[in-house]
Amino acid sequence: MFSAFDNFPALLIWLPLAGALLSFFIRSEIVAKTTALVVSALSLGIVVASLFYSDPKFYQLTQVSYVWLPGIGSSFALVLDGLTTTLCLLTALVFPMIFLLIPKGRFQSANNFYGLMLLTHCGLMGVFMAADALVFYLFWELALIPVYFLSSIWGGEKRIKATFKFFIYTFLGSLFLLIGILYLYLHQNTQSFSIVSFYGAELTATEQTWLFLLFFVAFAIKMPIFPFHTWQPDAYEQAPTPVTMVLSAVMVKMGLFGVLRWLIPLFPLAVKNFNTTIIIVIVVGMIYASLIAIYQDNLKKLIAYSSIAHIGLMAAGAFTLSSVAIEGILVQMFNHGINIMALWIVADIIEQQTGTNKISALGGIAKKAPMLSVFLVIAAFANIALPLTNAFVGEFMIFNGLYQFKPWIAALAGVSIILSAVYTLNMVKNVFYGESSAAVTKFTDISRVQVSVLSVLTIFILIAGIYPTPMFEFISDAVGPIIKKYNPN
Amino acid sequence: MNAIIISALWGVLMMYTGFMTSAKRTVSLVAIIGVVLVFVANWLEYLGLSFVNMDMMGMLQFNTFGLVFNGIILFSTLIYFLLSSTEIEKSSHTPSDLYALMFFVLSGISVIAGFQSLLMLFIGIEIISIPLYVLAGSDKSNLKSNEAALKYFLMGAFSTGLMLMGIALLYGSSGSFSLEGVAAGVGVLTPMRASGMVLLLASMSFKVSAAPFHFWTPDVYEGSPTVYTSFMATVVKSAAFFAFLKLFESAFGEVHGEWQMLVAVIAALTLIIGNITAVFQQSVKRMLSYSSIAQAGFMMLGVFALNTYAKQGMILYFAAYSLATIALFAVLAKLKDHSIEALNGFAKQHPVVAFSVLISLLSLAGIPLTAGFFAKYYMLLAVLKYAELLWLALVAILSAAISVYYYFRLIQAIYFREPAAESELDFSGFFKVVMVFNAILILVLGIHPDWLIKLIY
Repeated sequence: MFSAFDNFPALLIWLPLAGALLSFFIRSEIVAKTTALVVSALSLGIVVASLFYSDPKFYQLTQVSYVWLPGIGSSFALVLDGLTTTLCLLTALVFPMIFLLIPKGRFQSANNFYGLMLLTHCGLMGVFMAADALVFYLFWELALIPVYFLSSIWGGEKRIKATFKFFIYTFLGSLFLLIGILYLYLHQNTQSFSIVSFYGAELTATEQTWLFLLFFVAFAIKMPIFPFHTWQPDAYEQAPTPVTMVLSAVMVKMGLFGVLRWLIPLFPLAVKNFNTTIIIVIVVGMIYASLIAIYQDNLKKLIAYSSIAHIGLMAAGAFTLSSVAIEGILVQMFNHGINIMALWIVADIIEQQTGTNKISALGGIAKKAPMLSVFLVIAAFANIALPLTNAFVGEFMIFNGLYQFKPWIAALAGVSIILSAVYTLNMVKNVFYGESSAAVTKFTDISRVQVSVLSVLTIFILIAGIYPTPMFEFISDAVGPIIKKYNPN
Repeated sequence: MNAIIISALWGVLMMYTGFMTSAKRTVSLVAIIGVVLVFVANWLEYLGLSFVNMDMMGMLQFNTFGLVFNGIILFSTLIYFLLSSTEIEKSSHTPSDLYALMFFVLSGISVIAGFQSLLMLFIGIEIISIPLYVLAGSDKSNLKSNEAALKYFLMGAFSTGLMLMGIALLYGSSGSFSLEGVAAGVGVLTPMRASGMVLLLASMSFKVSAAPFHFWTPDVYEGSPTVYTSFMATVVKSAAFFAFLKLFESAFGEVHGEWQMLVAVIAALTLIIGNITAVFQQSVKRMLSYSSIAQAGFMMLGVFALNTYAKQGMILYFAAYSLATIALFAVLAKLKDHSIEALNGFAKQHPVVAFSVLISLLSLAGIPLTAGFFAKYYMLLAVLKYAELLWLALVAILSAAISVYYYFRLIQAIYFREPAAESELDFSGFFKVVMVFNAILILVLGIHPDWLIKLIY
């Protein structure tokens, strides 16, 4: 696999895996953290390098493939195209930041913590890059297991129950996915799990309906979209915040990615049958989540519900099958990751310093920590998708797609955007302005590491908001293959 | 053939070691050497070197599938002896007798690995069963152990009776005991042949503890001394499944469509009953008994499907299930308290053993990158080959999801909860090494199952 220089992106999987296995045997926390940092920084370097290495005709930039299980026709095949690279870049950006922000001594037996985080890193990269259904499934699970352990060992008080719910939900979902994959494998012409032969499968309408439902449940639970979302707020709240960052910035994108890479291209007939229903359910769910967010007193849960609404918008956009909306999603997946990352960092700083995440117990932090509040305000604006922030372009395009699909659905979805302004600004007001509460009397402004990480995120938010063109050039070729089967010409 | 002879001879030898030495360690050592020898003998036969060359009159015939199966059984027994020898020594004043009985069981299993005739099937099953009745009751002072032995004996005798009746009916209708002879006869399913087949189906379901013939299992498994439960639940159950698969493939393969639905219902029932009942258990040992029923449900899918995937999956399932279960029982046998709470904080006290237990549990739950995943994977593949039976696959995965619930309760206790008291357990270095080796084996099979599967071709 190392023989060909072309195949260097495969390192995105092997490096974190090696780093993880190494971490379990390192006793010293500093060394473990350094290992994790080095590995994740190297991954970032590899993704960036693969950007420059790329062919302008982006699809199938790199393919690594060697036979894994000849008996059943599965090979370890990887692919890097516009869709994949965006998400790999996001993953590679998020992990070093998380590692940087973890202070010494926060987690007991930190080496295992870093090891499991790197394992998640490996799993996520594998999910995004897999060009073989079985490999995709294995990495899908591999990303889940370490997160379960991370949350259950280092999480909050009710962690065991909350993360178990999360685990059972997603595991059941992935079993449905497995059945779907196996069925598809057995009932096509070639004996192969490769994505190309899956795309070529000829299925009857009934088969498509069944398989669509199996795949859809798995992805819907992962995203999560209404009504499969009930695991999410508890899991986000109970997980240690670095893990929540992984969950909400990257892991939810697995579901969206699944929809774009597998669901929509595989089952055109079923998608066309179901998409109106699904979009309506999602939009209703968005409003529902936004309303709950308004009445939420727990800062972490507020962000969690806000995330349901934002992810819902992207999912709804995907099912409109309009190329504008899908282009918007590709950009927005990345930007949402950046924004929510910034929000979680702020929430984590507040929780670490005050020991609470009840909004009613907080207030007046701006006076104590002016820097932090600047960052928060920018992140909050991005969360509402104000113009000149990165989220604006993407959400605008998704709305465009929704409007073309059914104007009244776009109008309904618009309500959730208005609601998002309500709860986000309320949160900013109650937490950062007003009278200083007892909990924040000892609040100090943020450390240098925190400033630098937040600055990087803020710069991303602003640049991508003001000049988004490069991103669109980057993903422009990725949209075609997704909706190829829907355009007869 | 090699394995039958060596294991029977070694069983006799084991009895004599009881006279020759009073050191229990030596007895265990002799037993371990014995298993290794039988394993090597079986391997040699796989390579084409048979010790004896006599005319079996077509009653025994060893093909690669049978020999690989036997190899897995012997290897699992080796791991079992290595992990549990100290418990076997503690369980009796004269462990040599018990070892001897286990060698006789192995000899019976080797007969099963090659049976070509219903008579050999019957003899093999009986050679396996009779020593087990004794092993189940080997804790003579314990009332539960006595109960287990009696229950096992009565139920076993009953199902053997059914089997004999079935064999008699088939013999009466086809005039032959050999599998081919029976197969040639059942082309037209007369009432006599059909009832013979159904009787055999029922008795085999008894032996593999498939619902609704599973009621003896939890009591017997719980009452027997834990070391022997381990042996019964893994090695013996795999052997029964092998016999089940081979019998129905060779003798009734042609009328597959006639009995397939019956087996599908049995499999679905076993999966549902086994998994749901396991959820409510408070004792780990009893929970593992129900889990073994649930796993039997998955293996029933192989008997149901009877295609290439099913055969490959069975081989993998024997290995995955036996290795994981043996490791769990080995740890359980060392615990005095069998409640789930007794495992609280186990990982903090014994990280290495806990890790191996974790891998075993993940494998039983069928999490990817462990052997258990591919075992279940092949079974699902085998079932999904029948497009119209999507429901059976859905039942299977729903019950797999339920099984996650109870396996992960153990993981939660081991890893996420605080220990109540200082642990008095002390695991020897050797025990840890074997446990880790076992865990690595499970992982290797989970990453590359082809290494095992291609042996049968």
